[in-house]
Amino acid sequence: MSLLTLSAASYGVRGKTLLNQASMTLRPGQLTVAIGPNGAGKSTLLRLCCGELAPTAGRVLWDGAELAGIPPWRLAASRAVLPQASGLGFPFTVAEVVRLGMETVGRKLPRAAATAIIDSSLASADVDHLTGRSYETLSGGERQRVHFARAIAQLAAGRAATKRDDLPQALFLDEPTASLDIHHQLLLIREARQLADSGVAVFAVLHDLSLASSCADAILLMRNGEIVAQGAPDVVLTPDRVRQVFGVETEILQARNGVPTFAYRLP
Amino acid sequence: MQGTGTAAFRPGAMLLFITLALLMAAVVVVSLGAGAVDISPRRVLAIFAAGLGLTDQTATPREALVLFDIRAPRTLLGLLAGAALAVSGALMQGLFRNPLADPSLVGVSSGAALAAATSIVVGDRLIAAFWPAGTALPFAILPAAAFLGGLVTTTVLYVIATRQGRTSVTTMLLAGVALAALAGALTGLLVYMADDRQLRDLTFWSLGSLGGATWTKVAAVAPAVLLVIVAAPVLARGLNALLLGEAEAYHVGVAVQRLKRLAILLTALAVGVAVAACGAIGFVGIVVPHVIRLACGPDHRVLLPASALLGGSLLVGADVLARLLVSPSELPIGILTAAVGAPFFLWLLLRGGRGTFA
Repeated sequence: MSLLTLSAASYGVRGKTLLNQASMTLRPGQLTVAIGPNGAGKSTLLRLCCGELAPTAGRVLWDGAELAGIPPWRLAASRAVLPQASGLGFPFTVAEVVRLGMETVGRKLPRAAATAIIDSSLASADVDHLTGRSYETLSGGERQRVHFARAIAQLAAGRAATKRDDLPQALFLDEPTASLDIHHQLLLIREARQLADSGVAVFAVLHDLSLASSCADAILLMRNGEIVAQGAPDVVLTPDRVRQVFGVETEILQARNGVPTFAYRLP
Repeated sequence: MQGTGTAAFRPGAMLLFITLALLMAAVVVVSLGAGAVDISPRRVLAIFAAGLGLTDQTATPREALVLFDIRAPRTLLGLLAGAALAVSGALMQGLFRNPLADPSLVGVSSGAALAAATSIVVGDRLIAAFWPAGTALPFAILPAAAFLGGLVTTTVLYVIATRQGRTSVTTMLLAGVALAALAGALTGLLVYMADDRQLRDLTFWSLGSLGGATWTKVAAVAPAVLLVIVAAPVLARGLNALLLGEAEAYHVGVAVQRLKRLAILLTALAVGVAVAACGAIGFVGIVVPHVIRLACGPDHRVLLPASALLGGSLLVGADVLARLLVSPSELPIGILTAAVGAPFFLWLLLRGGRGTFA
């Protein structure tokens, strides 16, 4: 069963093709990671998947229906997005920013239920100690974690509002670890993995091949707007492919826990 | 014990509303009493109590004339225009995701004033040409024209300042300066074409005044302002989410295009009627929402109605000062709001909160 299906979806703007004939599926319970050099079309793919962009050719289907035809408020109950960076020029507190994620989806939830969701989301993203802080005073990494909490809160509110614990849901993370320290990178990836294990279809754009291999069920390797390979990490991320796509020589070291670690050098 | 998530709901909104309502009541009583014919606040209250049959201190004919025919419409018009200006400021700041947006700063008021001025000068000539001599321009034309002027300016501004879902504040302010200059030049052209009576009207518009208040004006302005005050909070949750960004608001479940269109429409309506009622009065839209945010945070569900209350009080208060400072004459109210508002705006700029010029 697939939650999201792209069939030969393309996106172009002003004659430039950013995504060419991409076909893929996202399944509940799976963590899919898109990997590729800068400008490979990873973010475009993500924006197509979450409905922000409509394909200029091909189709994007959500649960069997045309994604573009689903009203935003309905889609938001089952799909949350963590963007790369969000500015916010107003003096919100951290907890209020998390609440913004539930502004549409959770508008009918009683305050106690909303508060409980905010609490657990803040804890999951390890920002519960920042609750009352003004968002404007946070560092880049802290902000990123607050928005992660906002995205999880939106999904939790979606389940609570529809009273369905089994509501098929998807979470999109655009370079979620970009400004995080190592500790919080691992924490965030563990959270994403746990969400996938609980049945959410998770899609993340990552740059770290080792991190991706450690958590992903499937890898999409992208270059020049095309998906050049997809499948299990050990099948997709071979030294040959990494050389072709990234132009670096790779040595894959097997760590004791079975997770491959990538060591690179320029050829 | 309460969880940390309770910080997502700030307390004190009710306290804020009560305080603002009391402030408004106090300002209204002072405004009804203050002026060339001085009526003490105690006397004003007594006369109104008598009107309700509570006391027998009825007003003298002179007091009744001053209170009910001059100061009551003037005060009401001030409340309505101030509320409209403050709400339009809050809406615009939400729409542009920046606390520095204000209809008077970015040319929306100028656009509305230009349209109103055009309707005075051109409308008069059309009427002289096609209708029997002595036909006056109906007052309702003015708010309609000002609304259209405000709508066109806001839309042009938004289109210029927004590229791929991101609104550039620098572009917005600069485009606003250009639009205001253009509207100013065209208004200047109208001044050049105007006759003496029209000239007086035009001067009045450029400086702003509540002096010409009548019950007819109040009746023409009230429905539009009340519509804005009631409709704006409906957009509150959407505007809250929009502060995250347009794409983010869509992710969270907001129909962004519809929200933006409604916000532009309401802003233009509010600015249009306020300008038609009392001219281009500046800075109310930037000062009032800022004060409310300091007190209770940026949540539009509180911000929009609270701005309406404080905006009305502020404008009526400024009008009282305008009448008292140079009594028995009076200052144009726009001079007062600019004298307070412009330094306030500069202070906001210098304090330079992060994101102010994102």
